[in-house]
Amino acid sequence: MLVLSITCGIFLVVGGLLLYAMLRYRHRPNDVNAAQEPAQIYGSNQIELSWTVIPILIVVMLFLATARVILATEDAPKPTSALDVTVIGHQFWWEYRYPKLGIVTANELHIPVSDPKHPTPTYLTMSSADTDHSFWVPRLAGKTDLIPNQVNTMWIDPNNPGLYLGQCAQYCGVQHAKMLIRIYADSPADFAAWVSHQQGLAVENPSAAEGRKIFQHNACISCHTVAGTVATGRFGPDLTHIASRDTIASGSVPNTAANLRAFVDNPASFKPGALMPPMHLNDHDLNAVTAYLMSLK
Amino acid sequence: MATQATADLDQNAGIKQTVPRRLWLGVLHDWVTTVDHKKIGLLYIGYAVFFMVIAGSEALLIRIQLAVPNNHFVSPQVFNQLFTMHGTTMVFFVGMPILFGFGNYLVPLMIGARDMAFPRLNAFSFWISAFGGLLLYFSYFGASGLYGAGSAPDVGWFAYAPLTAQIFSPGHSTDYWTLAVLLSGIGSVGTAINIVATTICMRCPGMKLSRMPLLPWLYLVTSCMAFVAISPLTAAQIMLMLDRYVGSHFFDTQAGGSAVLWMHFFWIFGHPEVYILVMPAFAFANEIIPVFSRKAIFGYPAMVAASVGIGFISFSVWAHHMFSVGMGSGPNTFFVLASMVIAVPTGIKIFNWLATMWGGKIHFTVSMMFAAGFLFQFLIAGLTGIMLAAAPFDWQLTGSYFVVAHFHYVLVGAILFMIFSAFYYWFPKMSGHMLSERLGKWHFWIFFIGFHLTFDFMHIPGLLGMPRRIYTYEADRGWQIWNMIVSSGAIFQAIGILLFVYNMIWSYFKGPIAGPDPWDAWTLEWSTTSPPPDYNFAVIPTVKSRRPLWDLKHPDDPDSHYE
Amino acid sequence: MSEAAIIPQNASPAWELPSRGIVGIVCLIVAEAAIFIIFIVAYLYYLGKSLTGPTPHDVLQLPIFTSICLLSSSLTVHLAVSALHHTRRGMCSLWLAATILLGGIFLAGTAHEWYQLIYHDGLTIRTNLFGTTFYSLVGLHATHVVVGLSMLCLALFFSLTGVMSSKHTGRLEVLSLYWHFVDAVWVVVFTVVYVLGR
Repeated sequence: MLVLSITCGIFLVVGGLLLYAMLRYRHRPNDVNAAQEPAQIYGSNQIELSWTVIPILIVVMLFLATARVILATEDAPKPTSALDVTVIGHQFWWEYRYPKLGIVTANELHIPVSDPKHPTPTYLTMSSADTDHSFWVPRLAGKTDLIPNQVNTMWIDPNNPGLYLGQCAQYCGVQHAKMLIRIYADSPADFAAWVSHQQGLAVENPSAAEGRKIFQHNACISCHTVAGTVATGRFGPDLTHIASRDTIASGSVPNTAANLRAFVDNPASFKPGALMPPMHLNDHDLNAVTAYLMSLK
Repeated sequence: MATQATADLDQNAGIKQTVPRRLWLGVLHDWVTTVDHKKIGLLYIGYAVFFMVIAGSEALLIRIQLAVPNNHFVSPQVFNQLFTMHGTTMVFFVGMPILFGFGNYLVPLMIGARDMAFPRLNAFSFWISAFGGLLLYFSYFGASGLYGAGSAPDVGWFAYAPLTAQIFSPGHSTDYWTLAVLLSGIGSVGTAINIVATTICMRCPGMKLSRMPLLPWLYLVTSCMAFVAISPLTAAQIMLMLDRYVGSHFFDTQAGGSAVLWMHFFWIFGHPEVYILVMPAFAFANEIIPVFSRKAIFGYPAMVAASVGIGFISFSVWAHHMFSVGMGSGPNTFFVLASMVIAVPTGIKIFNWLATMWGGKIHFTVSMMFAAGFLFQFLIAGLTGIMLAAAPFDWQLTGSYFVVAHFHYVLVGAILFMIFSAFYYWFPKMSGHMLSERLGKWHFWIFFIGFHLTFDFMHIPGLLGMPRRIYTYEADRGWQIWNMIVSSGAIFQAIGILLFVYNMIWSYFKGPIAGPDPWDAWTLEWSTTSPPPDYNFAVIPTVKSRRPLWDLKHPDDPDSHYE
Repeated sequence: MSEAAIIPQNASPAWELPSRGIVGIVCLIVAEAAIFIIFIVAYLYYLGKSLTGPTPHDVLQLPIFTSICLLSSSLTVHLAVSALHHTRRGMCSLWLAATILLGGIFLAGTAHEWYQLIYHDGLTIRTNLFGTTFYSLVGLHATHVVVGLSMLCLALFFSLTGVMSSKHTGRLEVLSLYWHFVDAVWVVVFTVVYVLGR
């Protein structure tokens, strides 16, 4: 606010003076002394000194105010009651790991709402598996970059439950625009329920057995993990509880059977340039695999 | 004289003197082999205007794609190439050439010299820059097909590592970017060397540095900045090429390399680069505003000191482009301080221009209208810059459309407006004809409306969370109305530019004759014909003050009494 | 406004400005120095950060002899300029030849060092971060030495064929400034790579 008010003030004062000068001193066609040049003034030490010193003072003031905020934010000690989440950026999806809770998920981050009297912020430890990315959820915090071979940290502290939207803010390749972030700030009860559900192994639904077999005999398992099965790939998002998510393709389309089927058939139909190749399954297998994925609640 | 005698003899002998018709080939040969600073300056300017139309069209395509959410006007791959090419072209093949073009043309004339210090280096610098531009656009044809992936480069104009590594950018599109920009850099350094040597070694008698007009002064500062700033980019690009082709690990994070190192090297170039682009705009303002206010520039020594100060400080602010990278509170705080400090000399310049107009008799020719636009818009751009300099503010807004709005406010609102102003002011000198003031007013107002529609409203999606470099956006974020307004402004700007190009072509053939000094100005270029002869001045002048023509026109009250 | 206003010509005190060639080469030196500084920064930044492979301490030896040769070549080129200034063309050719010889020895020494590093120690530009930064920095310097030697050979040719005379002293001095720069860079590279880095 200080920054905004100072800059607005400067704009009004200087802009006003400029406007005034242009109007008051414009050449008027009916000027009797048109041929005479105005008084040539080459400078004035007092005026020039004052408009050097005053801006310096303004800058000092702005700087001190800003430095205070920087130190308070960046050098604050890590809150002890914080929930730890590790964020790994990929081309073009987000991997979330909760090390102390044993949970791995993707693209949709669930965190507990934080009560201002007893704060429970979420502490994000971030890095990238490939190119630079940036984590930006405007309503919660400024952005922090995810850089390969470097670990950055930040925390978020939502006081109100709800869904917070964001997206990757550092150009990372073809589908940078579709690397969306969805943060669900849950009430403590909802969060606890979500955690215990996510900690469970993949649901074994007998009606999806055929799809599971096809899934496990194809290349799927080399990129994806489904906890409790032979699928232990880490290149793509964890699919253990994929059916419990609202969206797929990193937030870009709703998680419905039709969308899931279309994505598995050819990811480029939603996200041309996504790193998952089309799986070349025939219609029957595709239906079965879709049913299997929809069963992974 | 021998030739005169021969002519008489011929005439007396009744031999018809045939004047050979200048064939197009002859004219072309003249321009291709010229080492005359004026022709080279015009080559730079023409080349830049050509690329401005191309890069502007790329911007138009971008804005059409972004006018509505989830648009399919262009594919993601094409969009990513469009913004990369738009940025790269505008900075290296429009901004640098047009500003060095004006410098080439004006600096020798304003210091009373016959040419630049190294005319052949001058020609070489132009042609290598030109080749760079052609190379960049050849990538549309050459980078795909033979070797697979990629066509035009799509890594963004600042090409962050490791996106530019072979594994993430296979094929040759990134190489075209690297080499084209490298060549342009060599050309720019060559011109910078020329300008420094010219201003230091070729001033006419009596023109001490304290009497040199502000335009050559600012070009001197700009050129000194150019040597120190362009070299880090050249070095980083050599490192990138080594990484891509020889297997070195400068930016290879898998081998322990650092992605942040590229950012540091790039922005050590990148930030001074934008000051290199804006200083010539200041130079034009320093000449144009006094003439149309009918007053000498207020505070000449302070203007020189402020410009030198900006030159130095601009090298210490680069990491304000990296506030979100995780450098730590110490470095972040330092760069906040440096970025705010640079506002002081910049502000001094604005105040000096204000004081120059104060008490004057301002003639609002089209040139001065553009200069007036520059003053307001540069003020606003500087203020949004101060906002961004506050790191916590920047953590929200870096990488968003707020930044895009800020820098376009400087590049278009300040620099391009001042370039238009310079065109209207010096076109008479360069071509001998005045530009049409009527068309110029249309140009100004249409472009002004388009500029503000686009770039005022562009701040808002940034504040609402819209990141930059996205080929589309979701409908539920609340950005679509603003994007639609922003895109509509682009059409006005396009019309404005077309009017301007038409004005130049029409006026060259049909505009009123300008004469040597149409604006009643005071620096040396107005003391010779329009256009100047190849040798610039019949006799090299000797000067006694900063405004030699003022002294001539006002012998009772010359400047030399006051300096 | 009449044609071409005539600015009054008064006899002013001697109007002397610096030489274009010197100013030009100083500007070029500043630009080249900036490139070298970036490579040196990269070298220092990556010191100790290699994940594998030979370290500077393992494989580098102080190149004392070749460094002395290169640095003495600064002296010889200075003597060449001085000789030309005094119109002693024979001596000028001699000192130019000596400069080229000393520079050549330096290059040969570098080549030998690189041969050892590549074939005996297994260090190439792609081995690790040290290899990357070492070869690029020393290689960049060596490239500048090659360019300088080519120009010196050209100067020697002009000197031997009698084309060069004392009025070209300024141009030879510009070339010698470039050569001094190349030597100064070597002092820094030597200190950073072989002394500090090991």
